[in-house]
Amino acid sequence: MESKDNLRVPGSQKPLVIEKPTDLTTIGGTVSVEINEKKIIVPLGTTILEACKMSGISIPTLCHHEDLCVAGVCRICVVEVEGMRTLQASCAFPITAPMKIKTSTPMVRKARRHIIDLLLSEHYGECYSCFKNGKCELQTLAKEYGVDSYTFGHLDKPKYEIDKSSYSVVRDMSKCILCKRCVRTCIDLQEVGVLEAVNRGEKTHISTFLDKPLSDVICINCGQCINRCPTAALRANDPSDEIWAAIDDPKKHVVIQTAPSPRAAIGEEFGLGAGHSMTRELNTALKRIGFNKVFDTNFTADLTIIEEGTELIIRLYKALVQKEKIALPQFTSCSPGWVKFIEHYYPEYLENLSSAKSPQQMFGALIKTFYAKKAGIDPADVVSVAVMPCSAKKFECNRPEMNSSGYKDVDYGLTTRELARMIREAGINLPEMPKSDFDNPFGEASGAGLIFGATGGVMEAAIRSVVEFVLGKKAEDIFEKANIIPLRGFDGIKYLEIPIGDKVGPVPEIIQHLIPNWDWLKGATLKIAVAHGTANAKKIMDNIKAGGKFSECHFIEFMACPGGCLGGGGQPIPTTPEIRKLRAKAIYAEDESLELRKSHENPHVVQIYKEFLTEGPCGHLSHKLLHTHYTKRGRYIA
Amino acid sequence: MLVLEKNAMTDEIERLVDKFGKNRSSLLPILQEIQKNHKHIPDYAQQEIARLLDIHPVEIYSVISFYSFLNTKPKGRNIVRLCQTITCDLAGKKAVANAIERELGIKFGETTKDNKFTLEYVNCLGMCDQGPALLINERVYPQVNPEKAVQILSEVK
Repeated sequence: MESKDNLRVPGSQKPLVIEKPTDLTTIGGTVSVEINEKKIIVPLGTTILEACKMSGISIPTLCHHEDLCVAGVCRICVVEVEGMRTLQASCAFPITAPMKIKTSTPMVRKARRHIIDLLLSEHYGECYSCFKNGKCELQTLAKEYGVDSYTFGHLDKPKYEIDKSSYSVVRDMSKCILCKRCVRTCIDLQEVGVLEAVNRGEKTHISTFLDKPLSDVICINCGQCINRCPTAALRANDPSDEIWAAIDDPKKHVVIQTAPSPRAAIGEEFGLGAGHSMTRELNTALKRIGFNKVFDTNFTADLTIIEEGTELIIRLYKALVQKEKIALPQFTSCSPGWVKFIEHYYPEYLENLSSAKSPQQMFGALIKTFYAKKAGIDPADVVSVAVMPCSAKKFECNRPEMNSSGYKDVDYGLTTRELARMIREAGINLPEMPKSDFDNPFGEASGAGLIFGATGGVMEAAIRSVVEFVLGKKAEDIFEKANIIPLRGFDGIKYLEIPIGDKVGPVPEIIQHLIPNWDWLKGATLKIAVAHGTANAKKIMDNIKAGGKFSECHFIEFMACPGGCLGGGGQPIPTTPEIRKLRAKAIYAEDESLELRKSHENPHVVQIYKEFLTEGPCGHLSHKLLHTHYTKRGRYIA
Repeated sequence: MLVLEKNAMTDEIERLVDKFGKNRSSLLPILQEIQKNHKHIPDYAQQEIARLLDIHPVEIYSVISFYSFLNTKPKGRNIVRLCQTITCDLAGKKAVANAIERELGIKFGETTKDNKFTLEYVNCLGMCDQGPALLINERVYPQVNPEKAVQILSEVK
């Protein structure tokens, strides 16, 4: 796998990294540099940018991003190095010898100012009519460097047409500054490969295969490119105008479901640091905006665990006892970006994908059937909105098969950023809101549903339930505080084996009609894996294809975005490894603070199986409302 | 593209991948061979090369769009390229350009109706001491003038 990785990464885009010595006390392990006449000792191979950061000097950057490899294309980070004729890009300069660096000389300031002026001369648009106003990195730099006129002119007409073909991502290339962050995101980080620089010299622009619209190429809608775009060249397809219209229409009953990740991140949009959960404040804010009901997506996350877990048990039973040919390992299907990725790149493995819908779509189907009936509302008048950390959810709710309620199950997918804007537009300061609860009949959900937001969360939630189902013991007796630590953290691929042992419990009532006992699982070992980011998903899929270790797994969780949903393409910008860690911490802390932490113990879930889905998990009605099918899309574009 | 043509193309690319190796660095030689054999690199070929080298189609498209001598759409049987760089310009490029346009009845960037000629400008051919320089397919003609250019074109099959 190692050599193949080297093959994949474009040579020009390989990080300019010199291996840092493991033992810094060895001779040559560190190097002493003088930055603005202040001495600092850094490990060999540290870039000038990192060294400046260590000594508290800020250097402006544009093409640099912590998640991505070094590009060194924008040159805004140039500094003066003594003894060198030209300015050096600090992000791409590993320090290997003692040197003297100056970060604020007339030459440096003039060069940076010229770079900004030149970027502005090719950047179309006025800041006040731009959705990125106040969040744009180019705007911030222009302010920092005191740009008060367009030295090299300014475009009065857009250079390119806006590409609005995709349900998820809007491309406005007239605002592109060619930093290539989206290119590196799409090719290196996500391995999807939609965007690349096309043509040469002044004609260079970022484009798709054969310059096709985004809806016609193999884009998985993950929106990671949006999260990394420094300007407004990439943004999500914003449905907030339609949602306002629905709220203002007295005939419409507008309900909203909120996913766990936006709640852990939306505070960032209101000036709070990363890692503040705003769940209950958000409930109040949404009510004040005018949503009739606020539901918790975690409820259907719990339902997903029951449906997907039951599906796994059925698959295992068929494979091990009935000796049927059945597709294993089972893959999770919560991440719409991942679903589209597998539809394009590994269509022969669609059988492995759990047929259970994602929590968003399950809720959509339930709101327009179960809830509408219970509340006595015509489903045609219900407008269902979903707040998601995700731009691919916009595509997912527009899939033609997602209408099992007889209507479009979820009308609009709204990202965290767009919701934050709606809240601000309504004149509400979110952190000041009083706390309130979710609405019934779905009410509170479990912590298991909550941790869906972090990578490994779906698997952890599933395992908490599965071990209790099979072993008849409390999850707390097996894992300390029911926290399954090996599944947490940000390793690209996580792998865990859980031996079942010789003691099994009784089959719980809810699935008694499907399997008679657990004896067939005695002595077995449950093998599970977790991957986040489609680049890691690709590694696992190639391993399965080659018959490697992961082909023996039973259940694998895939999330399209690095870090899982909390690092999703609809989350507040910026997203960095540090911010993802803090968001994960907030989610796991909220989970620990809850009484209810296992999906199958959620009383509302138990209730809905008694009241509505009476044939039990994976029963007829479940299949109609909560399960779906997939399309073999393939990798070719006609 | 017909299925048979697609299969033939896949075979051809597989042979080229075997010949040059399954590396990113084999991309240009493979593209050059396809360009030589087909006068252009069809969409399907780009996607097949991407699959066989395990890189993305858009990266292949990016490379093709970078190089003037690779193209995605078919061109004429003979490609006439006139150097447009400054020394050839001073040596009388304009008159040669006019003569060629008149002779072929097309503008630069166009292809004749019978598909015999495609006319393009090209940047420095390295014949600055012998300009204006003309490149027809792979042969360079130095020191052309309007009469000579028409003569050369009439000899091209």
